[in-house]
Amino acid sequence: MSALSLSPARRSVPGVFVALTLTLTIGWLVVLLDGGQLFNQSTTVSLLHVAAGLGLVAVGQTLVILGGSLDLSVAYVISLSTLVAAETMNGSDGAVLPAIGLVLVVSAGVGLLNGLLVTRFRVNAFIATLGVGLLLKGYLDNGYDGPAGTTAPSLVQALGYQRVGPVPVSFLLLIAVTAAAWFALSRTRFGHHLVAVGGDPEVARLSGVRNDRVLVTAHVLCSMCAGLAGIYLASRLGSGAPRVGTEGLYDLESIAAVVIGGTALAGGRGGVIGTVGGVLLLASIDAIFNQLEVDAFFKQVIRGVIIIAAVAVYARRAMRKAA
Amino acid sequence: MSDPPPTPLLTLRGIGKSFLGVRVLDDVDLDVAPGEVHAVVGENGAGKSTLMKIVSGGYAPDRGTVEFAGATRTFRGPRDAQRAGIGIIHQEFNLLPERTVAENVYLGHEPVRRGLVDRRGMVDRTTRLLASIGETTLPADARVGQLGVAQQQVVEIAKALALDARLLIMDEPTAALADHEVELLYGLVRRLQERGIGLLYVSHRLAEVFDLSGRITVLKDGRRVTTVDTADTTADELVRHMVGRELSTYYPDRAAPEDRGPVRLNLRDAGNRKLRDVNLQLRAGEVLGIGGLQGSGRSALARAIFGVSPFTTGDVTLDDRPVRLRSPRTAMRAGIAYVTEDRKGEGIVPRQSVLDNALLASRAVFAARSGRAARTTRVRELLAAVEIRGAGDDQEIRFLSGGNQQKVVLARWLALNPRILLFDEPTRGIDVGAKSAIHDLVRRLARDGAAVLMISSDLPELLGMSDRIVVMRDGHVAGELPAGATEEEVVALAVGTVREPAQ
Repeated sequence: MSALSLSPARRSVPGVFVALTLTLTIGWLVVLLDGGQLFNQSTTVSLLHVAAGLGLVAVGQTLVILGGSLDLSVAYVISLSTLVAAETMNGSDGAVLPAIGLVLVVSAGVGLLNGLLVTRFRVNAFIATLGVGLLLKGYLDNGYDGPAGTTAPSLVQALGYQRVGPVPVSFLLLIAVTAAAWFALSRTRFGHHLVAVGGDPEVARLSGVRNDRVLVTAHVLCSMCAGLAGIYLASRLGSGAPRVGTEGLYDLESIAAVVIGGTALAGGRGGVIGTVGGVLLLASIDAIFNQLEVDAFFKQVIRGVIIIAAVAVYARRAMRKAA
Repeated sequence: MSDPPPTPLLTLRGIGKSFLGVRVLDDVDLDVAPGEVHAVVGENGAGKSTLMKIVSGGYAPDRGTVEFAGATRTFRGPRDAQRAGIGIIHQEFNLLPERTVAENVYLGHEPVRRGLVDRRGMVDRTTRLLASIGETTLPADARVGQLGVAQQQVVEIAKALALDARLLIMDEPTAALADHEVELLYGLVRRLQERGIGLLYVSHRLAEVFDLSGRITVLKDGRRVTTVDTADTTADELVRHMVGRELSTYYPDRAAPEDRGPVRLNLRDAGNRKLRDVNLQLRAGEVLGIGGLQGSGRSALARAIFGVSPFTTGDVTLDDRPVRLRSPRTAMRAGIAYVTEDRKGEGIVPRQSVLDNALLASRAVFAARSGRAARTTRVRELLAAVEIRGAGDDQEIRFLSGGNQQKVVLARWLALNPRILLFDEPTRGIDVGAKSAIHDLVRRLARDGAAVLMISSDLPELLGMSDRIVVMRDGHVAGELPAGATEEEVVALAVGTVREPAQ
């Protein structure tokens, strides 16, 4: 038609990996000047452990956010899942598989509830998932004062501490889950439909997409990811912990990782690879500040600045695209 | 080209539709043969869109039947009609800008191989589909957001064809296109015709209708006036069919020549993205009517004067002093008021009280300390003066009738003592009684020395109220008419019966 250059839509490397490289380089230098070492075995391992826990939740969160929804109940689902896992196993290696199965069923149930509230009952996702989260909080606060149950030793060993070189098994689990999610988004009808629903629900509906079914599925998958994160945390801690999800701020941090990773908060654009980048970025900042023994409050300030800066950069870029 | 072929693709018989007791369509017949382009023309509000929505499954008709491909159909929704083979290309595209051409074309029915989306197959099929309508330069894996409007339209058409559409509805397909792109659309339409696809072509632009269609159906006030072979008719005849009503309602007396004051607002070669080279003078004491079709730049003109989307070129003078109206706030301070066309969306704050709504503008513009009590008293007086019936000042405005809501909006602006008032469809969706009250009020304001600019799609209203009429077309002034002009003259200017010289 015209001389417009039309490049095919390449899935380019999200900008977050540039930021990640920069952060690690600068962090490495600063830590070096401080007389420390950023990339020794123990710091790398702990960085990847932090990333694994947050990453599992954030990948699930990416799915619902891509579909134009949101899940604020993940932190409570994580706490609940650690308890379900540890109490079902009760220290016995034989009960590992049934425990994992039960966790996945329970978390899927929570996701189903979230999804139905958002679609069938048209409750705003923010309110619906917050409400479900508070419901779970009530149950947890009422039933538990502290740690309960015992995680099976074999699981603690395998998922909690075993490594391949410097890479924990849990991080390999994150890679596997991410790969599965990426595959679902780019190679299945569900994935295509999910992105369409997030991009413009009306366009999706008029094109024959069953919006409700797609969103409910995304919510179920998101909760199951949170369930997996719970299993991982139970294996790290050796028992069920009723506050681990909220104290780790997994709800807000997972959303932050998704946004830093370049997924639009309104849905319809983004992907899980970027989210993993966002998770690694947040975990690296943690690791660097730990090395420098920076004040915890100051650390929070810096994270806040980074999140706002990331969103501002994406907003500018979107504006330039529109112009 | 003339005789309708024996087996029509689509046959509408006696279609009727009412909304809230208002008859929008009444006993409309229409048929489309395979490979035929059937144009549907009519004024704003003639029922074209409603008719198209009935064909494409958006609305169910109250009476009458839709026959498609030899069987009577009842579509439960747009998807139903799509599956049956009826595609519709809306003025606003239904595409996802963040996804590729192929992903958009096959959204909802992606080709699958071994349970997984066959991405390469999807791109190949899209490329073939595009090639079959003569589009070979558009990569199927380009992101839709980076395409131009014309190319997005091609994607929309490909999307419909991917569902094996045998009837395509095009609703104002050239509204968003630049002149050279219109030629491309013509070529596309001809190729669709060759494939035996029937087209329902809705357009305001008569030149296009004559270039493309085989037959033309004229709608007026929800009824079919006539269906003619394009070869046997002329633009003038069509315009006569499109208008021709009696001027029966009462309108207040026009301004006497000696009542007209000096020029208040003067636009010289003013323009922005939607307007070009607008020259216009608005005098104190007169009601200047603005006519034209939807999208012709009428509202864009009012919004530019009020600083919502300001002029970017040309000069504006207010009482002979040059001004730059950069925002609604500067416009308000310069003494300009704007009653918007979209009352629900932009005119009122539905959940606030009548009084709060009426105070909105004065609170925003004047400092809080400048006599709050006096201001409230004055607004209460104004509310009483515009005669809002059956509502207290503390009632939420959303519970009022459209007419009363509009009066509250008027009171809001009158509180600022504006010297220039811009009315955009001031009586749309308002009952007859309130309508004439608003007409009286508009005239009274002019008589008291205000300069009034009034946009209206309601031709009798435009003719009855205006001291002069300026008609817009395609973002510029198509012509000016004195008081006492006829509907035919306005419509002829608005649709451009005389084809403009190529630019």
